[in-house]
Amino acid sequence: MHELSIACSIVELVAETAKGRKVHRVTIEIGSLSGVVPDSIAFWFPEAARGTEVAEASLEIREITALARCDACGAEFQTPSMLTVCPCGSFRFRWLKGEELNLKSIELEEVL
Amino acid sequence: MCANCGCGGDKTTMLDLQTGETTTIVTHQHEGSAEHGHAHDHDHGAHEGGGHHHHHHASHGQPGNDHFHSHHADRHSGVSVVDVQTRILAKNDATAARNRAWCMGREILALNFVSSPGGGKTTLLERTIRDLAGEMSLYVIEGDQATANDGERIRSAGASVVQVNTGTGCHLDAEMVARALSALKPAPGAVLFIENVGNLVCPALFDLGERAKVVIFSVTEGEDKPLKYPYMFRAATIVILNKIDLLPHLEFSLARAIANVRQVNSEAIILQTSSRTGEGTADWYDWLRAQLAAARQSAFT
Repeated sequence: MHELSIACSIVELVAETAKGRKVHRVTIEIGSLSGVVPDSIAFWFPEAARGTEVAEASLEIREITALARCDACGAEFQTPSMLTVCPCGSFRFRWLKGEELNLKSIELEEVL
Repeated sequence: MCANCGCGGDKTTMLDLQTGETTTIVTHQHEGSAEHGHAHDHDHGAHEGGGHHHHHHASHGQPGNDHFHSHHADRHSGVSVVDVQTRILAKNDATAARNRAWCMGREILALNFVSSPGGGKTTLLERTIRDLAGEMSLYVIEGDQATANDGERIRSAGASVVQVNTGTGCHLDAEMVARALSALKPAPGAVLFIENVGNLVCPALFDLGERAKVVIFSVTEGEDKPLKYPYMFRAATIVILNKIDLLPHLEFSLARAIANVRQVNSEAIILQTSSRTGEGTADWYDWLRAQLAAARQSAFT
């Protein structure tokens, strides 16, 4: 359910930047451990955008695979799920990537 | 659109149980009305090849391709690219930071209480208020989709409380807490409990400005709850295994439950309590006292 409110936040941020100009494309990035389902954002985005200047925009989602560094052995390893642990067996590690939930860029109609 | 959205929009209401006053909270305001949006649509359909928008998932299945710096705008077609580079929840995070600063400046300890529905958040708060009311000043922001039932319980227990009803919303956000703070006006040096909507999914994403997240994990739930809802358990500073008076009647392995918490969060403090018998609540109160002392030290550090 929170994907709808996140889609609303995207539309709100884009509309603020666009200041009334037509929006062609919105690019966001979603980390695999952000807690947000990309397909669900894609589903809700047009609903959130309906009736706004963002309504005609296409949405590009860039997914980022999570990467962690182990506190115990120092190795970097991919963490496809929250339950992945370091190959050395340690549960103690820091995520380097994967928690992103960012608005990257917006393509706007040029005002001449 | 946001009137129907997961964040509640203009369906969120707030009841001050001290004054009985109800207000509506609007957390989302879209700039650019529907009417204006449609007035321009037809002018631009031509160079989009039919005008129907579709949704790209450009980089599905390309995990290594994480960095994109090449935004080549179609300048000839009158399109410009704005690099925004901001967190999607930036607005919530900024409001949460303001709430946090407001509380820190007043040496207020703010805690975000989360659990499944029925995990025992309100009952633990009632007990805490009855046991500690003489020792510290306690305030509560109650979040539920509907009813002021929990707010009434907290008020009967003896704390000042504001009930936020999120309507369709599945979590509290920082703006709701900001509005509730301005109605509640907790005293300097107080403890503020923010009881979130019962839900282990959405509240994990929304910072409210709290000092710590307290996850209540009742032993009537499965031992694998931390594995099923890892985001919330990962975000917890403290996990309270609650309703332990029921353990003799259940096939619930405390050891397995604790190991599961550890798997997703190696650093969380884990306590065991029963709000009914009071068992283990002394540890919880000691933790609260230590956190409150820390909150009083940390205003400028």
